[in-house]
Amino acid sequence: MTLRAERWLQLAFVVPAALYLVFFFGYPIVQNGVMSFQEFTTRTFFTGEAPWVGWYNYVEVISSPGFGRVMLNTAIFTVVSIVAQFVIGLALAVFFRRRFPLSGVVRSLLLLPWLIPLIVSSAIWRWMLDKDSGVINQVLSGLTGSDVSIGWLTDVNIALPAVILVNVWLGIPFNMTILYSGLQDIPEELYEAAALDGATGWRAFWAITWPMLRPVTGVVVLLGVVYTLKALDIILGLTGGGPAGSTETLATEAYRLSFGQFDFGAGAAVGNILIVISLIFAVLYLRANRKAVDE
Amino acid sequence: MTQRRAAWTAVPLALFTIGALALSGCSGSNAAAPGDDADSILLERPAGSTNDKKVYDDVLAACEETTGVTIETQDVPYDGYLAKVLQQVSSKTMPDVLMLDNGDLPQIASSGALAPLSDFDINVDGYADGVIEASSYDGDLYAVQPVANTIALFVNTDMLAAAGVDVPTTWDELKTAAAALSGDGKYGMAFSATATEEGTFQFLPFFWSNGGDETDIATEAGAEALQLWVDLVDSGSASESVLTWTQADVNDQFVAGNTAMMVNGPWQFPSLDEAGVPYEVVSIPAPQDGDEIISPLGGEVWTIPQTGNEAKMTAAASVVECLGSDESQMALASGRDLVPTNTELVDQFIAENPKMAGFAEQVPGLRARTAQLGADYTAASEGIYTAIQTALTGGADPLTALQQSAPNK
Repeated sequence: MTLRAERWLQLAFVVPAALYLVFFFGYPIVQNGVMSFQEFTTRTFFTGEAPWVGWYNYVEVISSPGFGRVMLNTAIFTVVSIVAQFVIGLALAVFFRRRFPLSGVVRSLLLLPWLIPLIVSSAIWRWMLDKDSGVINQVLSGLTGSDVSIGWLTDVNIALPAVILVNVWLGIPFNMTILYSGLQDIPEELYEAAALDGATGWRAFWAITWPMLRPVTGVVVLLGVVYTLKALDIILGLTGGGPAGSTETLATEAYRLSFGQFDFGAGAAVGNILIVISLIFAVLYLRANRKAVDE
Repeated sequence: MTQRRAAWTAVPLALFTIGALALSGCSGSNAAAPGDDADSILLERPAGSTNDKKVYDDVLAACEETTGVTIETQDVPYDGYLAKVLQQVSSKTMPDVLMLDNGDLPQIASSGALAPLSDFDINVDGYADGVIEASSYDGDLYAVQPVANTIALFVNTDMLAAAGVDVPTTWDELKTAAAALSGDGKYGMAFSATATEEGTFQFLPFFWSNGGDETDIATEAGAEALQLWVDLVDSGSASESVLTWTQADVNDQFVAGNTAMMVNGPWQFPSLDEAGVPYEVVSIPAPQDGDEIISPLGGEVWTIPQTGNEAKMTAAASVVECLGSDESQMALASGRDLVPTNTELVDQFIAENPKMAGFAEQVPGLRARTAQLGADYTAASEGIYTAIQTALTGGADPLTALQQSAPNK
């Protein structure tokens, strides 16, 4: 009798969360999947009719001339952002391990980029990166003594790096905070023991810090990839996908198709491609985690 | 507590939680429903500026007296207004009177959510042709547009006088004037060339006045207009940043004195007056001397959604007709720096508001963006602004850029 009661208790804890997941995640995903196979336009909102068109939306989206570039932009944006955010976040986390006066204050200040609403950050960065009157060019001119006029957001070759730069700035606090707490978990005794054996500095980092951070690293990278893949307001706020499509990613393309062209079927198709890519990463992460546990 | 008792309290607690969540999820839309009589209706509009709200509230109060219908207003944030409207369309919770941007009308009308005005007895005599076309879809009139805005050329009179330059009236004069006014970190001309409808909107006067057609954008006429913009940017008369500037950013540049001329609309008057900028509004330069300026029609329209409630829809129709009346038009136009759409009112309006002359004169020649393409206009607009971006970044020459991004439907 007690075993059954315990089972009921377990179920009771899981059921609300499971229902929430089904209604707020499962249903929209299924609906999105179905929508990508239909011709879903503004007319559908009123009549409820959405004719089935099979793979048409996918074919049209993948064969459109800009699609290869969109995929490339998404890949570059994600990979470079994650690597840069992680490396800088880790460097800062390691730096803040040692206490110095005001280290607590500085560490809190470094959280600010994460706390400012994204749309506000992107608006301010857009002004700072302006070619003629932006602060960045003015400061660079002052530092180098010559007239620096880089078209951060107007040059097709520089726009994507500029957007990546802003995204990295936004992502550092998140990486730093989680890695810092991961570092706190590493016992001091390990470092002391290693110091006795003569391993300090870089050697200690590679031998102790890096392996012990493995689980935290996995979480940070996975979350970072998922957030970055769907980053929309940062790009829309800075360049709107321009100039000339050089900062267009899968997320902005899906938004443009659904809310600019009102072709919700095609937008859903692009959204599904994004979900599949995220899913692949999640599976890779779980595989890697399972292997680590087995080790 | 023993295991058994814990289980028996946990299960009902869980069920209660699920029930509460489910019920809260079913709360439906938040549109307040006024009484079921036809003497009051719900009017929905985007939340505008404080001045807009005051002017509109006065006009609505006057309409309440004329029609005898009580008007309850519902303000929705401007950002995501269209998404909210679509949501209401699909959940069949539309208001009785709905304000839309005239560019969005064909999309919503094509969904079948709006009632054609011919179902009611609404008088639309005297409206400019472009306005009637913008408010129609598939041959039927769906909306009333009391006031309109468009864009014109703003010039900084001090800067022009200092450089000894006259106000340009043709494209060639524009190029020389802008070149003479540029230099020392200042630019002669500024416009918005973003990858959005704003960029297309700013480009259309140049495009249309030269004979460009939105149904077939890759023509010589269109390419020549785009070439004008490319020349302005390449020669340094306009900043490369026009690719990222919205109309609001362009206005900021004008106010800061970084540009001597700009293309913008009358909604900038308050900020320009407050900053004390010495400006004058003139018609956008024509391709050749004597060509007609065809500028795009902007502004909001008032529609009657299909709510299924006959009595309310009739009441809504009388309110909509009142919004389009002469008194309403003059009040709205004077109060909000717009122009009345009734051509018979233009002279009186210019007499009372001389600074709006540059805009008011363009009313008869205003053209609706969606007149020819209806709901397919968004594809053409995207093609235009993509071509603008490609050409201005040097990716292709204007004609090739237009050909590459022309919609292929």
